[in-house]
Amino acid sequence: MHEMSIAESVLQIIEDRARADGYARVRAVWLEIGQLAGVEKESLRFCFDVVTRDSVARDARLEIIETAGQGWCPVCACNVAVSARYEPCPNCGGFQIEVTGGEEMRVKELEVE
Amino acid sequence: MCMTCGCGKGQTLIGGRALGGSHALARQHKPGEEMHYRAREGSASHADAHDRTHGNSPARDTMDFGAGPAGAHAPGMSQSRMVKIERDILAKNNDYADANRRHFSSHGIFALNLVSSPGSGKTTLLVKTITALNGTQPLAVIEGDQQTDNDAARIRTAGAPALQINTGKGCHLDAHMVGQAMQRLALKDDSLLLIENVGNLVCPAGFDLGEAHKVVIFSVTEGEDKPLKYPDMFRAADLMLLNKCDLLPHLDFDADLAVENARRVNPDIQVIRVSAARGEGLAGWLEWIKAGCHDAVAAKQQTL
Repeated sequence: MHEMSIAESVLQIIEDRARADGYARVRAVWLEIGQLAGVEKESLRFCFDVVTRDSVARDARLEIIETAGQGWCPVCACNVAVSARYEPCPNCGGFQIEVTGGEEMRVKELEVE
Repeated sequence: MCMTCGCGKGQTLIGGRALGGSHALARQHKPGEEMHYRAREGSASHADAHDRTHGNSPARDTMDFGAGPAGAHAPGMSQSRMVKIERDILAKNNDYADANRRHFSSHGIFALNLVSSPGSGKTTLLVKTITALNGTQPLAVIEGDQQTDNDAARIRTAGAPALQINTGKGCHLDAHMVGQAMQRLALKDDSLLLIENVGNLVCPAGFDLGEAHKVVIFSVTEGEDKPLKYPDMFRAADLMLLNKCDLLPHLDFDADLAVENARRVNPDIQVIRVSAARGEGLAGWLEWIKAGCHDAVAAKQQTL
């Protein structure tokens, strides 16, 4: 996926709020990134450092909360943990799992001053 | 850098002209969104909820980032505090896509996002489609490529209005670009809009343009396991056109296996086998389009 453009989008969300709420510095950023979002975390950290270099979030600590992949298997009629897309169901081996969680990419919280 | 796709800012061209102002929306708050401030432990807690009732601002040519109030620090809040955001990272593109979708539905426009690898035959298919429709259906085309006007020129030669978006370094179209292009094309009510995305089986899958359907074009000169290798795209598409079927006698390609693989990744995907170059199978594709246009117009009537 586009870790650089994701980092840019995160910065944009931060800057929009900074402008609206008038805070001078962002000390820490919490992101929720789902296990199935297809985001390479280390790459995202690198890109975040790069894009925030001259911004209100310069040197901000990046905390990534990984939310677990979840799915519903209609064959077994049960919720299953999903660690990768298009995996067979761990119970019945079928490929009909519908993903119900773990795809999100969200800016959750900021620590500001 | 473009906030959505990472392309060089100012390198995106629509109809040969640069995008005006900034790519991104000025700050967006959904109506009723609250903002909470809480100080870190050790200081007095401070809850401040504001109700924002801004509506969605539609895409405009100029976006002024200088506007908006610069809020003052609340007194006694010089220490760090936590600010809850809960904002989806792709929200901006989704907001633009929703605006596009609303425009389509209130004008009875049936919009399709055509995706594929480079060279699968998207443009040829569009040219043949336009020729076959022969003016019976008002339509327009938005073309996406990194460089050149070649595809838009071919569409215009075939007799339909077309606007070329050059993404520069960008690898997919985004909803903001499409919104801008729509305005410049001045789409007619009850028309068909065909968006030919940049040839790329990866990135366009994640970027909603506001379309009714993604249509994936997959040619028999590719491998049967393409759907398994690029599952997100085949999952995102509602219709698959298996193109260049006239070449099957010269290839070892197993068309049934290719369809089976597509259905494994997306059990609900419809499949039409075509040859854009020879015109085979186009009747089924045109029927599908006609049904979609009919539904778009009917849905518009219901909202009036």
